[in-house]
Amino acid sequence: MADLKLTDVAKSYGDVNVLRNIDLDITSGEFIVFVGPSGCGKSTLLRMIAGLERITGGTLEIDGQQMNDIPPSQRGIAMVFQSYALYPHMTVRDNMAFALKIAGQSKEQIQQATDRAGKMLQLTPYLDRLPKALSGGQRQRVAIGRAIVRDPKVYLFDEPLSNLDAALRVATRIEIAQLKESMPDRTMIYVTHDQTEAMTLADRIVVLAGGGIAQVGAPLELYERPVNEFVAQFIGSPAMNLLPGRITGTGARTRVRLDAGGECEVAIPTGPEDEGLTVSLGVRPEDMRITDGPALFEGEVDLTEALGEVTLLYFGTGLEADPVIAKLPGIHNKLNHTTVRLTADPEAMHLFHEGNSLLYRDNPPPSAPRRMPEPEGGEDLDEIAKPNPAR
Amino acid sequence: MELFLLAVSTIAIGVLGCVAWFWGSNYVLDSILPPRGPNAGANIRRAGMVRPWLFLGPAILFLGIYLVYPVLNSVWLSLMNASSSRFVGGDNYGWLIGDSKFQESMINNFLWLLVVPALSTLFGLIAAQLTDRIRWGNFGKSLIFMPMAISFVGAGVIWKLIYEYREAGAEQIGLLNAIVQALGGNPQTWLSLQPWNNFFLMIVLVWIQTGFAMVILSAALRGIPEETIEAAVLDGASPWQIFFKIKVPQIMGTIAVVWTTITITVLKVFDIVFVMTNGQWGTQVLANLMYDWMFRGTPDYGRGSAIAIVLMVLVLPIMIWNIRNVRKEMR
Repeated sequence: MADLKLTDVAKSYGDVNVLRNIDLDITSGEFIVFVGPSGCGKSTLLRMIAGLERITGGTLEIDGQQMNDIPPSQRGIAMVFQSYALYPHMTVRDNMAFALKIAGQSKEQIQQATDRAGKMLQLTPYLDRLPKALSGGQRQRVAIGRAIVRDPKVYLFDEPLSNLDAALRVATRIEIAQLKESMPDRTMIYVTHDQTEAMTLADRIVVLAGGGIAQVGAPLELYERPVNEFVAQFIGSPAMNLLPGRITGTGARTRVRLDAGGECEVAIPTGPEDEGLTVSLGVRPEDMRITDGPALFEGEVDLTEALGEVTLLYFGTGLEADPVIAKLPGIHNKLNHTTVRLTADPEAMHLFHEGNSLLYRDNPPPSAPRRMPEPEGGEDLDEIAKPNPAR
Repeated sequence: MELFLLAVSTIAIGVLGCVAWFWGSNYVLDSILPPRGPNAGANIRRAGMVRPWLFLGPAILFLGIYLVYPVLNSVWLSLMNASSSRFVGGDNYGWLIGDSKFQESMINNFLWLLVVPALSTLFGLIAAQLTDRIRWGNFGKSLIFMPMAISFVGAGVIWKLIYEYREAGAEQIGLLNAIVQALGGNPQTWLSLQPWNNFFLMIVLVWIQTGFAMVILSAALRGIPEETIEAAVLDGASPWQIFFKIKVPQIMGTIAVVWTTITITVLKVFDIVFVMTNGQWGTQVLANLMYDWMFRGTPDYGRGSAIAIVLMVLVLPIMIWNIRNVRKEMR
């Protein structure tokens, strides 16, 4: 049992505000992932929850108890560091036992707890080794084991996989997912800049940008219905294409004329007053397909990257602007330096005005912080932004 | 002025000489084995084998003249009589074993060996930890480090003044006796107060070496990964537990190096004893004893050299251990 409640949490170093207006409700047993670009404050927020950084504004509650001034060791949390932070002079067993020894547990209890954690993480043969005699993946498991033996209410992970190589990262990611499954009532908060980790592990993702929360939601929710251009481009790889245009027809479906010449219909409702509004049309590379009919985008392919299962087409590569990218299933090397016409389903496209999605213009996103009003007409929204069946 | 010019020209000649040697010798090597032409590969390989010796050569030569030769000569002299005119075998060493002053020196050296490295390292560690955590820590650090800049002789003179004695009731010019008298005590002749006078001398060296220990240990403490300390905080460790169970064990290697380095300094201690008591009142140490036999009155090169060799043999194992530790630290 561990509900976390962050209310208007802020962090500043002197005059520099690193984080502000952070409102977040985390229910017991959730797996929450903080993602965001470097310097967005996601690690700082985690360290504030841990108690390693002072909270300079707002309150943090765990199970209804305010934690702002409670020392880290009494918050019922355990943390796994990016650099593992193992005590280099202690064996694996002593590393895991340290917290229990400090807490004054009996030898048998400690022995039992470390044995169990060792077995759980397949570290039994290494219990008497020093950390320097372990591989990176094993060290990471010891770090996790050190958290497990304390049986905390909340697990905090600070980019735990970023020091591992690619193959090990996938394996350890799966281990963490299994770990979560084996203790469904434990809350986990996980910081990463890797969106694959975020998408695969999270119950809910918190996207942080510029010191605030950009959007909170289930992974697919963020993918399918991003609240603004930042989230739209941050989630998904390659990033969503944003094409400037103007609304030329309103109604249940909106017609958009793109500055580059194409035209298309988007399944997002607009009112008559939106006629002529400047917008950005958001299309994910994987939603684009080649067409003979009317195209929303036409251009010469500057570069192809065939990855086997998919081929990436780049348009307008150069220093001056972000290229438009299309991701087509199959191998299409031959399209290089040819002119192609691309379109996408009206249901798979997004409209942004001044950076914010028109989808949420009147309704805040369904899983926004609780302080904001509850969304209305949620069913309609589901209708409009139906997931692309091709995916 | 002439002296100054002489010094400047010596420095200039020395530096230019080094440059000339390294540049010239490498130039000659490259012209004998040019790194071009048909044998370029083989020439580069051969030149690569010779080149280190060009750089090491001068150092090896001068170390040989000023270190290796004197050692060998001392061994030889220690087997000769007082005027080095007759071979006496192990007589000098036999005499040493029975000599009461030598026994006193050995005991005193052993005491120094126990007390000074331990106290210096301990105080250095405490100072390093504390000065890292307070705002005026850097100022404190400078103060603690400053004695390092004072020569042992200078330090001896300073502390001799601190221990200075005047009749009871008279105005005390020694700091320690002034304090004692102000507190209502009787002034003491500290430097002849056996057996405590040994410890009063040791304090001088502790005072000097604490700065050294502090600087090295402070750097080591800063090298500890911050995350391990944060992890310990999360594990619920108190500041004391963090210091003794997380920090100190992680810098154990450095502590060992500091300890042994000071130990070697201590074994060779000479100046402080020479200046403050000259080995009287039961404060004799090996280095001063050697100096007494070697240069005082009628010099006895045999006995003096024998003491020097004993001293060297005592330092040697610690030296080797120290070098090993330093190498381990560097890895």
